[in-house]
Amino acid sequence: MSQRYHVIHETLYRYAAPVTVAQHLLHLTPRDWPGFQTLEHFRLEITPEPAALASRKDWFGNLSTRVDLRQPHEMLRIIAASTVGVAPRPPAWREAGGPPWEEVAAALAQFPAAAPLDAQEFALASSQVPLLEELRLWALASFTPRRPLLAATRHLMGRIHAEFEFDPQASTVSTPVAETFSRRRGVCQDFAHLMLSALCSLGLSARYMSGYILTHPAPGKPRLIGADASHAWVSVWCPGLGWVGFDPTNDLQPDLEHVVLGWGRDFGDVSPVRGVLLGGASHEVEVQVTMMPAAQRGFDALLAEVRDRPLEETPPARPAA
Amino acid sequence: MPRHLLAEYPPDPARFDEMFSAPGTPRATYDALYQQLADLTVPQLRDLFTDADRLVRDNGVTYNVYGDDEGSARPWAMDPLPLILSPEAWRGIETAVAQRARLFNRVLADLYGPQTLFAEGRLPPALVLGHAGFQRAAHGIVPAGGTHLHVLAVDLARSPDGQWWVINDRTQSPSGMGYALENRIITSRLFPDLFRELRVQRLANYFATLRDSIAAFAPHAPDERVNSVLLTPGPYNETYFEHAYLARYLGFPLVEGQDLTVRDGYLWHKTLSGLRRVHAILRRMDDDFCDPLELRADSALGVPGLMDVIRAGNVLLANGIGASVIETGALAGFLPGLCEHLLGEPLAMPGVATWWCGEAPVMEQALEQADRLVFKSAVPHPQGRRFEPIFGEDLDEDGRARLAARVRANPRDYYAQELVAISRAPMLDRGHGRRLISRPVGLRVFAIATPGGDYMVMPGGLARTASEHDVRILSNQRGGGSKDVWVCGETASPPISLLHRPVEAADLVRSGPGLSSRVVENLFWFGRYAERCDNLARYLRVALDRASDAADNGIEWHALAQLGHAMGVLPEECPEREAVRLLVQATCDIDHAGGLASHVMHLSRTGFQLRERLSSDNWRTLNALTRRVGEKSHGRVGIYESLALLDELVGGFMTLAGFALDGMTRDHGWRFLSLGRRIERLQFQTGAIDAAMTMGVRGNPEWLLEVSDSIVTYRARYMSRPEWIAVLDLLIADDANPRGIVFQTAGLGDYLGRLNDSLGGMPDTGIDALHRRLLALDATLDFHPGSAALREALATLRAASASLSDQISLHFFSHSDERVRVIA
Repeated sequence: MSQRYHVIHETLYRYAAPVTVAQHLLHLTPRDWPGFQTLEHFRLEITPEPAALASRKDWFGNLSTRVDLRQPHEMLRIIAASTVGVAPRPPAWREAGGPPWEEVAAALAQFPAAAPLDAQEFALASSQVPLLEELRLWALASFTPRRPLLAATRHLMGRIHAEFEFDPQASTVSTPVAETFSRRRGVCQDFAHLMLSALCSLGLSARYMSGYILTHPAPGKPRLIGADASHAWVSVWCPGLGWVGFDPTNDLQPDLEHVVLGWGRDFGDVSPVRGVLLGGASHEVEVQVTMMPAAQRGFDALLAEVRDRPLEETPPARPAA
Repeated sequence: MPRHLLAEYPPDPARFDEMFSAPGTPRATYDALYQQLADLTVPQLRDLFTDADRLVRDNGVTYNVYGDDEGSARPWAMDPLPLILSPEAWRGIETAVAQRARLFNRVLADLYGPQTLFAEGRLPPALVLGHAGFQRAAHGIVPAGGTHLHVLAVDLARSPDGQWWVINDRTQSPSGMGYALENRIITSRLFPDLFRELRVQRLANYFATLRDSIAAFAPHAPDERVNSVLLTPGPYNETYFEHAYLARYLGFPLVEGQDLTVRDGYLWHKTLSGLRRVHAILRRMDDDFCDPLELRADSALGVPGLMDVIRAGNVLLANGIGASVIETGALAGFLPGLCEHLLGEPLAMPGVATWWCGEAPVMEQALEQADRLVFKSAVPHPQGRRFEPIFGEDLDEDGRARLAARVRANPRDYYAQELVAISRAPMLDRGHGRRLISRPVGLRVFAIATPGGDYMVMPGGLARTASEHDVRILSNQRGGGSKDVWVCGETASPPISLLHRPVEAADLVRSGPGLSSRVVENLFWFGRYAERCDNLARYLRVALDRASDAADNGIEWHALAQLGHAMGVLPEECPEREAVRLLVQATCDIDHAGGLASHVMHLSRTGFQLRERLSSDNWRTLNALTRRVGEKSHGRVGIYESLALLDELVGGFMTLAGFALDGMTRDHGWRFLSLGRRIERLQFQTGAIDAAMTMGVRGNPEWLLEVSDSIVTYRARYMSRPEWIAVLDLLIADDANPRGIVFQTAGLGDYLGRLNDSLGGMPDTGIDALHRRLLALDATLDFHPGSAALREALATLRAASASLSDQISLHFFSHSDERVRVIA
């Protein structure tokens, strides 16, 4: 049974001084993922009006959009709105154990290759996913000899959830994995990087998943607009099954309540908004995400509500993602 | 037989000797050189050095060494004796290097295109995809002109049996071509007869081909003139000298990232006369710095949006983004197979035997024989750190275990290479000047793409020598030296040179449409700082002289102290007695923010940004000033020493002013430098006159004449004690006095008028009106210290000149001071 969602991702930059020229690179379009996710509808609204806007599929198959701003502005508002259909994942992803993990690691190290190209690539370290011996040793408690890959990964996910504290104050977009590991705290992005680093250090292949997760308002309370956040988790390559998702922040395997924006080696490959500015001095950024079942609300009405909100209003407190 | 030459040159059977086939017996190619050396007397041999060093110095050839206290400019180290290759030996190298370039170009086209090499199992994906040089953003790009690799450098070494081997490939932005050219200019002057006799192949045709090929590959309309630039990371780069030199030789504007901008899908050069389209970039900036938007986000060195222009095919980048992935030494083991597959021919020159540890069985083999291998990093920074090669033979058991652990933890990042006992070449011993000593030598050879699809190899190259006789790694960063490489020809090649200008004209600031706004801004500030230093030094000299004499200078001192306070070197109302210490400090203390020493440092830094625009004499004067100030900065300095230093510095500043006056063409660059000087002088002179006027009629304005460098003129004219009316006339209204006020305003009006005529658009600055107002002053009425009209006119002028500086910045430099910020 599939689900349909509206997702509205709003990014608001306020600059201390006017920005005269700016270029931004966006990864804000949920990608199609044959069999699992379909992008039904997408709208991108940017204020001020960009002088140029162009999209292309990048190396990982994500849609990346380049935005050129040429008029002086003290505020930049980007609203990405989409309707996405999500299909259930095969039960085997949650139930099966998979082959012994050492066999998977051996297949990945083999040349000529025994694994597909993307699996080989995501087995490599990257700037935010380093190989760490201490992390490998820590992960070995889950990856006991001959243990099936998915069972071991589930166990690792559970340990991250249990041993690490969710703490939005603890990290920034570039907190190194070693620091997350030693401080035992962070946010979804840190946990995803940590889990990737552990898997990669074991010789396994996994990729960083950027997207959103459905939150559930407390019983009897209405869903708050803009109260959600972006989310991150990992997918592990398992021969025969493909890319199986694991969400260490919530200790669960994504099924019908995760929407994928895109994937890469780490956050840097799928950073939702990055840019180069002239001027601006300093800036404040505010991000608000709304994800709700499409049945609850019309797309246009929801987008209008987000678009028309008074901007002076302080954003509502964000729940843990 | 000149035995003294070989006194320190013992035979070494373990290495190939480039010069001697047997002890004391030169090879045929070296026969003539050896005979010439043998015939030279000891003083003549010494002269070879002196001449070579002088040529290096005069041409300003430098190599920046990171972390060197000497400052970043170290003279280029060159041995006068060339490495000489026979036509036959050269043909082998030439063929092999050209083949290698063709092969790499094909490999790059595949890696950034269909990637069949992965699919067919000819190259392990991990070797490429795990290398930081593989730029994912460049995948799918078909470069303008269709060529990925435009410039290749290959490092070769010769084994004891005389065979050449490839040690390294350089594809990022190979350095050394400019140094090779510079070495050539020097050796051809040291050995002119030998050079002709051996029919040494000339280099100019190679550079002409480089220039023309880049133009031919660049996207442009049939009748459009191609504008190629050389992109440098800036003066702090280790090979900045070479960037500037090559740019000048090729006739390309030398630009930094901030000089370029992307608009509407095209790339533009921000020049004084507006935006000029750029069709081609010869880059000396590493590719990951080229576009902070799509590549490395932690650097603002490059040009945001450049990737899009490249992708659209609207600019040629040589080398293309991502070319450096070829540099991984791990590739070596796969090249023979790739060459057979892609070119259908065997690889002409072997690489040193290589083991890439990313394949488990290969790693085991390498670790087993670790003691005879050298371990190197296959990626630029394994685990985020620099990795120096490790020689297995240096390690004890413990060390080998540590090495093995390190490699096993991250095997894909390492490869091992067989050690080659590289050949040795003779060098003249600097210590003795009459002996040959031997040093390990390697050869860097260069190739460039030509529009026909083939590669042209530079007939010559850069020989690099080690600093010690047993060094196993050649690196300029580690104090090695260089040699010219002579390729003997079967026929003499005709001399041509691309340097259109004679060397003595190097003083000129380049004019014309290619003048970057940033350069102009630096010239303006160079002018201001130079003048400010001069004014401050003159003031300090006069103030120190007065404060240290026995007399009490009363109202004169009061006025001098007031001026010193305005200039930021004395506190308010500073008593004469306490001033000496403060003035000495303001002269010598480099940490004194408003002091002379720190202003000289500002001047030096601004000059550094203009380095390729300043002549070596100019540069040397500036360096000498900086050095002198630095010497005195530490330790106690007395009054007389300070005065002597000030005399010396004033002399240096005069020399700089002389270069500006006599050594530069009157182009727009010069005009901006002069605007800076005149504005600064106006600021100082108006302030000095204002301070002097506070003394009233009883005050002696002699010191004012001294700080204004006008005492001699005054005495020649009046032969009397300074009288106010005459002093003020000389310093304000006399349009023949280069220190006078109206001289400055007249100059400002003239320069601004010319700039406006050709560049246009600057609103009226009011300088002309003020100039006329000064001329209208009545000497009898206004040239006395009590004149309110005069004080008011000077104050207005002072304010106007300060605002003129801002107006100039806003109007002419505004796009050059836009600082790029990256947010993620």
